[in-house]
Amino acid sequence: MSVETSLKLTSLNDKHISLGAKMVPFAGYNMPVQYTGVTEEHLLVRSGVGVFDVSHMGEFFISGPNALQLIQKVCSNDAAKLTDGKVQYSCFPNEDGGIVDDLLVYRISEEEYMLVVNASNMDKDWAWLQQHNDCGAKMENRSEGISLLAVQGPKAAAALQSLTSIDLANMKYYTFETGEFAGVPDILISATGYTGAGGFEIYMPNEVAEKIWDAIFEAGKAQEIRPIGLAARDTLRLEMGFCLYGNDINDSTSPIEAGLSWITKFSKDFINSSALKQQKEQGVTRKLVGFEMIDRGIPRHGYKIVNAEGEEIGEVTSGTQAPSLQKAIGMGYVPTHLSTEGSTIYLAIRNKQIEAKVVKLPFYKG
Amino acid sequence: MNIPAELKYTKDHEWIRLEGDTAVIGITDYAQDQLGDIVYVEIETEGETLDNEEVFGTVEAVKTVSDLFMPIAGEVIEFNSALEDNPALVNEDPYGEGWMIKVKVSDSSELSALLDAAAYQDLIA
Repeated sequence: MSVETSLKLTSLNDKHISLGAKMVPFAGYNMPVQYTGVTEEHLLVRSGVGVFDVSHMGEFFISGPNALQLIQKVCSNDAAKLTDGKVQYSCFPNEDGGIVDDLLVYRISEEEYMLVVNASNMDKDWAWLQQHNDCGAKMENRSEGISLLAVQGPKAAAALQSLTSIDLANMKYYTFETGEFAGVPDILISATGYTGAGGFEIYMPNEVAEKIWDAIFEAGKAQEIRPIGLAARDTLRLEMGFCLYGNDINDSTSPIEAGLSWITKFSKDFINSSALKQQKEQGVTRKLVGFEMIDRGIPRHGYKIVNAEGEEIGEVTSGTQAPSLQKAIGMGYVPTHLSTEGSTIYLAIRNKQIEAKVVKLPFYKG
Repeated sequence: MNIPAELKYTKDHEWIRLEGDTAVIGITDYAQDQLGDIVYVEIETEGETLDNEEVFGTVEAVKTVSDLFMPIAGEVIEFNSALEDNPALVNEDPYGEGWMIKVKVSDSSELSALLDAAAYQDLIA
């Protein structure tokens, strides 16, 4: 299989190919979409431990005395609540009621933060931050030099513990530590992930990525650690009801509509905060919901959501057959009066109208 | 990739095997591999007479959905009901237990327009 020359490669590209991964272009990178099969990989993360190469993600470092000021201006969540070693989920609201990107904010110190952004939005995010950096915060895009491995699943701590003196099993969710890992100093390990299965995300310089990859697979032998592709990452996150930028949230969906009020804090001002505050107080006309199929069929991104009369009322933003639930599930925007649990909605699939029921998120409750 | 020599193929990755005037139809090993884990095969055309290249059903994998096209004109006389409970048969045995439909062929001479194994091999190479 030939690789387009314009595609970027992660430092682990050769590893994936030698493991027989099916590679696909994703956000400009040649990425492993699956190794043995999406269902098997998905279930393995829920019950054991798996490793995802997510080195395509972007890492921006914001530093200096005004670092927090810039972050507070562009982020919906209140980064002033962070202390050193804490991570926060957040989004960049745009000026028109939509979302530029969603991201993680890491507080390294009072004057240094790492923002982890989606690969597909990296250039847009960088330009957005530059445009709004009128307070002189220092910005550095280190994405090209950093590799990121997500080691996810209930056995992740056991698989990795021999590689570090950091007490992995006792790390709290959404915290991070920096220390020696697999003999490499200054590796950042955070108790975060996009699967709902628990585990860690490990940030490292590209030069040590292969060494650390090999060390992880050696250390995790007893836990039968395996590589996992992006297809399973998507089904895992969807079972949790986690938003995927470009599907469930985008430049025209507001964080309030998307159910992200919990990361939209009006304890401070940020870009478009007054309009979003008004939206929150007055209510929104549509909401992002999770639904499961009653009739047989699998929802897909872009399918129309209709009411009993067949009139279009919204669109599916994500959908799949959920491997852990053995049900077809999806998310999409529907009018607020149909967003409550138990509401009946329909999907128009290939000239048919099939029934679905709005359910509470997450779909997968462990 | 398994491409049995005795079958005929379409550019859309269906295979066809003629048994008298009945054709057995499924999707190729390459197709099942590209689709990934198949979770639902929807065929609601049983009893219908369809043209060559008309859609006879859809196959849903975890990550994608794909239409299924008639390799030849004819009446859909049987659907492999084993796929209702176990669609993964298409992944496990695409040319055997994973067959999809049987068709009463209208004109078996249409078969000569389809790809043989060597031509199909070239197509997916």
